[in-house]
Amino acid sequence: MSGTAEGSVVITHDVGLHARPSVKLTKLAKGFSSTLEIGASADGPWIDAKSIVKVMAMKAKQNSTLFVRAAGADAQAAVEAVIGLVRRDFDEAGDGH
Amino acid sequence: MGTSHKGIGASDGLFMGPLRRLGSMPSERQATGDAESEAGALQDAIAAAVAGLADLMGRVDGEAQDILGFQVAMLEDDALSAPAFSAIAAGEPAHEAWRAALDSEIAGYEASDDDYFRARAADLRDIRDRVLRNLAGDGASGGGTGVVLAGADIAPTAFLEADWRGGGAIALTQGSTTSHVAMLARARGIPMVVGLGELPNSAAVLAVDGGTGIVLADPDRAQRDVFATEQQAEAASRAGEEHFRLRPATRRDGGRIDILLNVAGVEELDHIDPASCDGIGLMRSEFLFRDGAPLPDEETQYRAYRRFVEWAQGRPVTIRTLDIGGDKPVRGLTPDGEANPFLGLRGVRLTLAREDVFRTQLRALARAAVHGNLKVMVPMVTVPDELARSATLFDACVAELQTQGLACRRPPLGIMVEVPAVAVMPEMFAAADFFSIGSNDLTQYVTASSRDDARVAALNDPAHPAVTALIAKVARFGRDAGIPVSLCGDMASETKHLATLLDTGLTALSVAPSRIARLKAAIAEL
Repeated sequence: MSGTAEGSVVITHDVGLHARPSVKLTKLAKGFSSTLEIGASADGPWIDAKSIVKVMAMKAKQNSTLFVRAAGADAQAAVEAVIGLVRRDFDEAGDGH
Repeated sequence: MGTSHKGIGASDGLFMGPLRRLGSMPSERQATGDAESEAGALQDAIAAAVAGLADLMGRVDGEAQDILGFQVAMLEDDALSAPAFSAIAAGEPAHEAWRAALDSEIAGYEASDDDYFRARAADLRDIRDRVLRNLAGDGASGGGTGVVLAGADIAPTAFLEADWRGGGAIALTQGSTTSHVAMLARARGIPMVVGLGELPNSAAVLAVDGGTGIVLADPDRAQRDVFATEQQAEAASRAGEEHFRLRPATRRDGGRIDILLNVAGVEELDHIDPASCDGIGLMRSEFLFRDGAPLPDEETQYRAYRRFVEWAQGRPVTIRTLDIGGDKPVRGLTPDGEANPFLGLRGVRLTLAREDVFRTQLRALARAAVHGNLKVMVPMVTVPDELARSATLFDACVAELQTQGLACRRPPLGIMVEVPAVAVMPEMFAAADFFSIGSNDLTQYVTASSRDDARVAALNDPAHPAVTALIAKVARFGRDAGIPVSLCGDMASETKHLATLLDTGLTALSVAPSRIARLKAAIAEL
């Protein structure tokens, strides 16, 4: 069973996709078997959401849109999970930092 | 004769030892000449770096752990090392391949127009050098015990990794007394001096006085002897002072003086017995508002404040509302390009202008107040209206919390006395529940001289009769009007000013935690 899925979400986090959010995003992405990619535009370039080096290199800032796409058995769930994490501000509100 | 260098004392104490340069280059390494063993060497060096960081992570918490977690995630990502392994396959030695791969990554961060991403270049350099040291067989970067770590600035990881069991000190040409490392150094009793400007390149031995901020480079025989004598005297008097640590501060005539603490972070409390003080006289809430980081929400602040009041076990804890501006900018909050930030939008002026930020903090404080003996004070008050507006807002926040069904209490609200206008006319502020004299800013404003500028530092003297007369005036008014008065500036920490302060009638002093025992011992003599 294989499929593809895509979506997009606006980054509301104050300083964008910085170190701590990137660690969370790549850890989450690694939990899916599908290939999972993110990009700053709907036409790519697409980068591997499981690589923190590449995710950080995007330097995605606050209020920019993050495009997400996946291909594989759990593609839909993977895209939803990433979008959910970004929407929840990477679960950073009130985490003691 | 050695050269003397004046910086700013960031953590008390005396220490003399061999200089160890921070951020020094990893040693040279001989390549094996064989691509396969070079690749193996790099693999091992990266694995060892990950293991080293993981070990360190187990010994720290909070932000330090996040920093290390990020470095581990980067090192574990094959995308970081892939260009290096390609270069090794093409015949490059492992260390050169790794350095080139990381340097290109670092250049990408340095080119960013975003401060936050640019700052990550330091993490990448940390990662690069850690692996290079492993390749060269250098061992841990902190290394050595009984050394003086010297350089421009020091990373928290370098402090945490260093072995301080045999003593040591830190001497920085840049750095800050409010940095995370400065707090850690004070808590561990490691002498530290910042802002030295420069140190001779050739220096091999440094004698560091964290109290005066003076560093001697390559002291000669006579200077070493003097320093060693001072060190012994200090150790001896410290031992004598220890006797007083857990006892109430009492004058010869039996009069009690309350000794409170100045703190700027929760981690500072880890090594302090609450029984050694009469409470916290000044908690600087700025530590929650780091420059470049997201503003802390109500829940985050509530949890942090609650930790202080719970630590104090019923003793009073005075938390100062956000005091940024001046020399403490926070992007997005403090104005840019002020001609004279110390006379600009800072302290309560700023929080009243940013009611959203002020509200969040006051709500968090009212919620934390139910867990102990919390008091709140506002900084930089100049006119009574600022206190009145703060009080009204506080009441509104409490009413709001009550309608929301959240447990809360309206704590007493006092003011910092640091603007001369208040010290001259304290009777205008009789609505305050208490006064806390901020002698640092009061001295700076009364003498019109900055203590950060070495050329005028001599003028910045809290013992100037104009300053002490104002302190006495505030103390007298407080006594007559039944308003508690304490003093929380550095003046209280220096025993040479103690007699003057007690003569003003003050009976509560708030000092750095490292000063408790010394101050109590000195009070017993007066």
